[in-house]
Amino acid sequence: MKIVIGAGSCGIAAGAHKVQTAFEAILAEKNLDVTIEQTGCIGTCYLEPIVDLIAEDGKKLTFVNVTTADARRIVEDYVLGEDELKDLQISDSDLTMIGKQKRIVLRNSGIIDPERIEDYQAVDGYLAAKKCLTELSPEEIIETVKIAGLKGRGGAGFPTWFKWDAARKSPGKTKYMVCNADEGDPGAFMDRSVLESDPHALIEGMLIGAKAIGANEGVIYVRAEYPLAIVRLQKAIDQARENGFLGNDIFETGFDFDLRIKAGAGAFVCGEETALIASLEGERGMPRLKPPFPAQKGYWNAPTNINNVETFANVPWIFRNGGEAYAALGTAESKGTKVFALTGKVKRGGLVEIPMGLTLRDVIYEIGGGIKADIAFKAVQMGGPSGGCIPASLLDTQIDYAEITKTGAIMGSGGMVVMDENTCMVDMARFFLDFTCKESCGKCTYCRVGTTRMLEILNRITQGEGLDGDIELLEELCYKIKDGSMCGLGQTAPNPVLTTIKYFRNEYEDHIYHKKCTAKSCKPLLTYTIDKEKCVGCGACKKNCPVDAITGEKKKVHEISQDICIKCGKCFSVCKFDSVIID
Amino acid sequence: MNQEKHEHGCSCGCHGDQPKPFEELDPVLDHYADIPGSLITIMQKAQELYGFLSVALMRHIAVETNTSIAKVYGVATFYTQFRFEPVGKYLIMLCQGTACHVNGSKLVEEAVMDYLEINEGETTADGLFTLNNVACLGCCSLSPVMMINDDTYGQLTKEKVTRILAELKENASSGANGAEQLAQEVTA
Repeated sequence: MKIVIGAGSCGIAAGAHKVQTAFEAILAEKNLDVTIEQTGCIGTCYLEPIVDLIAEDGKKLTFVNVTTADARRIVEDYVLGEDELKDLQISDSDLTMIGKQKRIVLRNSGIIDPERIEDYQAVDGYLAAKKCLTELSPEEIIETVKIAGLKGRGGAGFPTWFKWDAARKSPGKTKYMVCNADEGDPGAFMDRSVLESDPHALIEGMLIGAKAIGANEGVIYVRAEYPLAIVRLQKAIDQARENGFLGNDIFETGFDFDLRIKAGAGAFVCGEETALIASLEGERGMPRLKPPFPAQKGYWNAPTNINNVETFANVPWIFRNGGEAYAALGTAESKGTKVFALTGKVKRGGLVEIPMGLTLRDVIYEIGGGIKADIAFKAVQMGGPSGGCIPASLLDTQIDYAEITKTGAIMGSGGMVVMDENTCMVDMARFFLDFTCKESCGKCTYCRVGTTRMLEILNRITQGEGLDGDIELLEELCYKIKDGSMCGLGQTAPNPVLTTIKYFRNEYEDHIYHKKCTAKSCKPLLTYTIDKEKCVGCGACKKNCPVDAITGEKKKVHEISQDICIKCGKCFSVCKFDSVIID
Repeated sequence: MNQEKHEHGCSCGCHGDQPKPFEELDPVLDHYADIPGSLITIMQKAQELYGFLSVALMRHIAVETNTSIAKVYGVATFYTQFRFEPVGKYLIMLCQGTACHVNGSKLVEEAVMDYLEINEGETTADGLFTLNNVACLGCCSLSPVMMINDDTYGQLTKEKVTRILAELKENASSGANGAEQLAQEVTA
């Protein structure tokens, strides 16, 4: 019998370490010889901490939302007894979340121990790299990736084979293979999960790519906000080196390749290739004009290829199963699978990997289980600050690069944030503009000043001071910023505003002309009143009001003076009788 | 300005009779001396050692790496990770990612500000807590989320966040268990 505990960042935050300590104590107390192992994240984050019990005969039971008290029950009733504790086990409906997926990138996540290279090798790890290095020429490697139809999973969706081929053909003795693990898109965490749960898949993918383009040195640019990912990745690199998968003369082919980690320092714009290269060189991470492309002049002016984590993690699978097998998944235009970080107001949040071509409805309702508390769905935000909000009427859109782009959003790196009736779309647009405005590097005037002006207008609208003509002014700014910006950040920054105006123009109009926020989210547009039927005159609201806007005698109905009220919401949160009405 | 550099290479004008400043950084500077493009890494290590980048520290790095102070300052201010003021014992990084925003991170922020009586970017008078908003911590399915030092706290509510801060405050005054242990106690 062995116990396997999910210990990704989510699992640890949900208490995985404490559960592990509890198991250790109980096992010691009962003097049981049961090993405890850890694994990464299986993706069903809402069920963490997750604990698997695997018997000698391979029988596996999965227990979810495990507490320390549950740990004792599991040992006493299951390990030592006969009771399989159905109430603690993963439910059938939760299993369907995993069952409907097709896991290529996440194939080992939550299954192997990410800190043990033996585990990765036991699932045929590094066999694909061996095949590529010993049997295939660089041209054949690139051809296989071309057959697979793999596109860059970081956002732009550029064909991977094309980039590799350009870097291979680019003259130069020194070339670099770079991995962009600077997952700055708020609402996306698939790269973190791969780094924490299956770091060797990334290393193997990079090794294959390095052979294809002829690079002997690789760098992984990781966000500093991912401390656990950095630790696990470093361990994996060390183990790969010890086992001869990195270093000199790999697989005795004479091919040398080594890897190092560079911790990013926090700048969203560094997701852009040329900005990332500037940052790698120790400079301010500001983009430059292309061409020359990184494949011609990249890191230290040498030919450089940059792909993101998810792209590389697909590569070993493609070589073990063939490019055709990968291309058989998905749609005519978008092949293979895509990992999404399903979050927001959805019942079953987490990481899901699906073949391209499923609809948004499939993902949100079939896999995600629908909207929390069964409130009406309003929109799904895809592509983060560069993407857009897709409304309910387009829920049957296929997940495919071209189809998603048609809606005005983008596939992006895979953030899928679900919003319900209580989310204000004007506020969402303001939220994203606030982000891009802060993250604009300042090089292009349209992006630097334009996003600032847009944010000012959106702030005004959400504060109830919107003016006639603001929507048109926003649209004009959007198109000018798109045209006047050099890199992807500026070119896509207006998308959240454009899509919300396109699909939710009525909400903008309500804010501007009727001074109303139907989602009841923009505080300055709300009015707080007291329900005369429900108020018992306890005085809690009066006592807590910071501006003395509430009057009334003890045990008599209180009243809020609208002239004085600053709409802070204190009265609403302190009232125990639900008598404060927000409108 | 024709200021003579003294033996230990600083430019503080101390005539070399002061102890060498920032000695702890020497091994880092030596290690990266021959690796081009290491400025960000050096500053990250310096911040780990000293908690924040003071003007004196940035000047020291500039001299030691033969870089202009303007460039060091320019790079440091470009990235959100670098701080120019000392931080409290507990650095609260409150996630402002999309999922956290949708699930009410503003309410959590208000609760933290109310309880500690500081604004975003400030440190409490007792030097215990600093509040920083950060873009996305990548724990979206546990949103709203915050990190305190290296520990992540998820599914926050006003009540929960107040309890966490109160317990940290108490632990700090009694010198008891650190944030890590508490993180597990509170979340489990």
